[in-house]
Order: sequence, then C-alpha cells, then structure tokens
Amino acid sequence: MTESSPVTFFPARLPGSGLASRLACLAVQPILLRVVRRIAARHPSIFARLGPHQTTDFLIDPVELPFALHLRPDPAAPILRAVPRDKAPRAGATIRGRFLLLLELVDAEEDGDAAFFSRDLEVTGDTEAVVRLRNALDDVDGSIAEETAAMFGAPGRAVLARLRRAYANDMHRR
Amino acid sequence: MSLAELICPAGTPAALRTAVDAGADAVYCGFQDATNARNFPGLNFTPEELAASVAYAHDKGTKVLLALNTYPPAGKVDLWRQAADTGARLGVDAFIVADMGVADYIARTHPGIRLHLSVQAAASSPEAIRYYCENFGVKRVVLPRILTIPEIRQIKREIPCEIETFIFGNHGLMVEGRCSLTNYLTGQSTNMDGVCSPASEVDYARHADGSMSSQLAGFTIDCFGAEEKAGYPTICKGRYTAPHRPDGYYAFEEPISLNLSRLLPELIEAGVHAFKIEGRQRSKSYVRGVVRAFRAAVDDIKAGREAKIADLIALTEGQKQTQGAFETKKWR
Repeated sequence: MTESSPVTFFPARLPGSGLASRLACLAVQPILLRVVRRIAARHPSIFARLGPHQTTDFLIDPVELPFALHLRPDPAAPILRAVPRDKAPRAGATIRGRFLLLLELVDAEEDGDAAFFSRDLEVTGDTEAVVRLRNALDDVDGSIAEETAAMFGAPGRAVLARLRRAYANDMHRR
Repeated sequence: MSLAELICPAGTPAALRTAVDAGADAVYCGFQDATNARNFPGLNFTPEELAASVAYAHDKGTKVLLALNTYPPAGKVDLWRQAADTGARLGVDAFIVADMGVADYIARTHPGIRLHLSVQAAASSPEAIRYYCENFGVKRVVLPRILTIPEIRQIKREIPCEIETFIFGNHGLMVEGRCSLTNYLTGQSTNMDGVCSPASEVDYARHADGSMSSQLAGFTIDCFGAEEKAGYPTICKGRYTAPHRPDGYYAFEEPISLNLSRLLPELIEAGVHAFKIEGRQRSKSYVRGVVRAFRAAVDDIKAGREAKIADLIALTEGQKQTQGAFETKKWR
C-alpha cells in the first residue's frame, strides 16, 4: 500500500498533534480502555470473523477529532487508545472518515460500501483486514455505541443522542 | 403465476435476521468456504450459525436458500457434497447451484429439496434451462442479467420452471459464471474459489490532489478524481487507457448498480416468480434499507396500488443506477 501524501480533501481537519492533542488523548484514554474491554467481553464472536487479523494494528482516524484511535482487536489483550497523529503507530490498515460516520458504521446504521463509493470513507493498508473488521462488527446485534453510552449512564446516553442528532442534521444538509 | 417473492442477501447471521425482519420471503446465504460465490474474508456462516439462522427464518415463515453456486475443481468435489449434506441436515429450503455435478449429486442424494439454478450457470436459452429441469429437476432459474423483458416473457412460455431475476445491486454481468478476469491477475478464481477481486489483493492509494487509485494484484484498474464517486475494485469495472483512448475509459462495464424498481410491474406481468436483491457482501444497513424499500414496492403492486419507490441511489455503486439490458440491449 502506498500513501503518497497526507489527507488533503477531508474538510475541517484538526491538527491532531501538539499539546492539545496529547491532553485530549490523556482525557479519553480511561474511557477507551473500559469500552474495548467491555465490547470484547460481550461480543466474543467478533474475534472469529477477524481470523488472522486479531493482532493487526488498525488506525481509526476520525478526521475532525484532535487524535486518532489505535485498535488492536486481540482477544487476549485488546487495545483501543487515543494517539496524537504525529505519534500514531505503524498501522496494518487505516480507516479514515468523519467521527459520526465511523460511529454509524460501527453500529451498521450506515453502509460501509456506500460510504466508500461516496468517498466519505477512506481505507488504506491491508484491505482484507478492513473487510474482516467490517464484517465482524456488522454481525453484532444491537448497538455498540449505545452499549458504550450506557456504561456512563444518563450523561453518556445524552451525549450519544446529541451526536446522532448532529449527524442526522449534517446528512440532511448534504 | 408470479408471486413476486423477495429473495434477499445475508452475509452474516445478523444480516439474515435483518432481512427476515425487513420482510424477505426468502434469504440466500453461504458457508465460509469456496462453495459459494461470495467467499469473502469474515463473511458467511458456520454450520452452527446456519442452523440457528434456519430456525429463526422458519419461525417467521421465511425460506433459506443455500448458495452452492461455484464450480468444484477436479478432485475437490467432496467439499461441495459435504456442504450439500450439511445444508440438507440443517433444513434449508433450496440449494442454488451452478455446476452440473453438484446438481446431479443433490438431485440423487437429497431429492426432496428444491434445486435453483444459479445465475452463475449462465443459462439464458429455453433449451439450456429445460436441460437442467429435465435432468436434475431444477425448479427455478435465476436468469443472467443480459435479457430484455420481452425475451424473459418468451422464455417463460417455453420452460417448465419458475424464473427469478435480479432487481437490485451489483451489475457486473459479463458472461456470468465464466468470467476469468480475476484469475489473470490473482491466480484465484471467481468461479471455483468464490472470490472476485480478493480483498487480500486489493490496494487503495491516495494522492496529493485528492484522487484515489485502486489496484488489484499491483495493477492499477482505476483512478477516481477528488470529487468523483468510487466503485468496486473489479477488473470488469476498471478504467483503462489505450492508444486511442489516452484519457482512460471503461472497457467492459462501469461502476453502476442495477435498479429495476420501476420495472417491477412489467416483470411480474412477464411471469417472473421471484425478485433477487444482490449484496451478501453488504452491511445490515444496506440489507435493511433495500429489503424494506422493495417489500413496500412489491406489496403496493400486489395490492393494485402505484408503487412507492424509495430512493436507493446512496446505496448504489458509484452512486449511479441502470436498468441494464432489462430496458434495452444498448445499455452500454
């Protein structure tokens, strides 16, 4: 896979480096750790569909957030951590798009192929790893986003509802 | 009599349940191996998953059709026979087959289970279809996407089985079941391994100007401009340069999806028994949206109402749609 330049065509991208990014990473890290452990425990079937890519490093890059996410879906030691973009690990595959789109894709509320066709979703690196991750998540019943929000009670659910309203409004405007 | 059954795709158990809940009359799916033409990584069913899925579908009055629609290479037919035996044991309602040997095995071993002839068999003449009906007891043919509606009507008069046509989804037709383009570049076979453009051989590269090129086995097959919609990385939909076309052109097909929502009444009138939605490789979101849309449209037509046709363009490849050969042989 070649990646000949930084992303230039996603709008409103935050830098994802420097002090602000590092502070943001520190702030969300405890949440991410809880989230990935919870999902791994509740949805063990994900790992079978990942096959040999359980130890692949994925870089999930929500373009408007000040950091990227490093995911290694290893059932023995799952990793989900926020990383400044200038400190991101060398990833086997990178998935890039707006945060709310990525959230809807995790929950199968949006279709990954359609997002790819419309160029709202960008994939680089090991395509098979990405396809396996997509299929693994798509076989999960229910909403991972809602499960995650529920971990933080009413405030968590309120934040998710607000994010979804923002996404719906954004889609309506487009 | 046309019952306008909706035949819907399921790549995972969750997608199967989604299709059933969205109003599928039947769902088609496959095992996690080369016995079906969507042998993609992380997709499809284990026998245990299929058992649970058959129970779920049958509880809700939905049939399950098992795709065994690839061609066994010499000496490897046991995989297809075992898949048929497993499917029969789990209670599937029909097998979708392309290979005569597989059809013959099922007809002899599991004569109580319906045989449907896959589009991969590319049976497009009454003579060919009758051959499958007479020799293997085929009850339904899935027609290749190269026929006009008048041709389908004529075929229906001359065959003793039901007709199923695609109505939505991928429009990579070529000569179905005989396409070897993937083999040339990857060494893997769409028809025998079940993989068209295997993901392990696909790369995407993005460039400074925002364009994105797609490659298969190291060969660039398209480059989409920054503002251009994209398509699947399949050779048949590649855009190539040639001495007389230096700017590049779609030599075979182009990134576009079939959408026959406006032709449903004519297809029913022509005697089409079942409508197939392509897309076992797609998400639950796609399955939910497309199945619901066509469920509503078919129900409207059956009730004598004008069909309300939902806008599905956002789910189409390249965000373009066509009625293909069903409208005219000059679709390209």
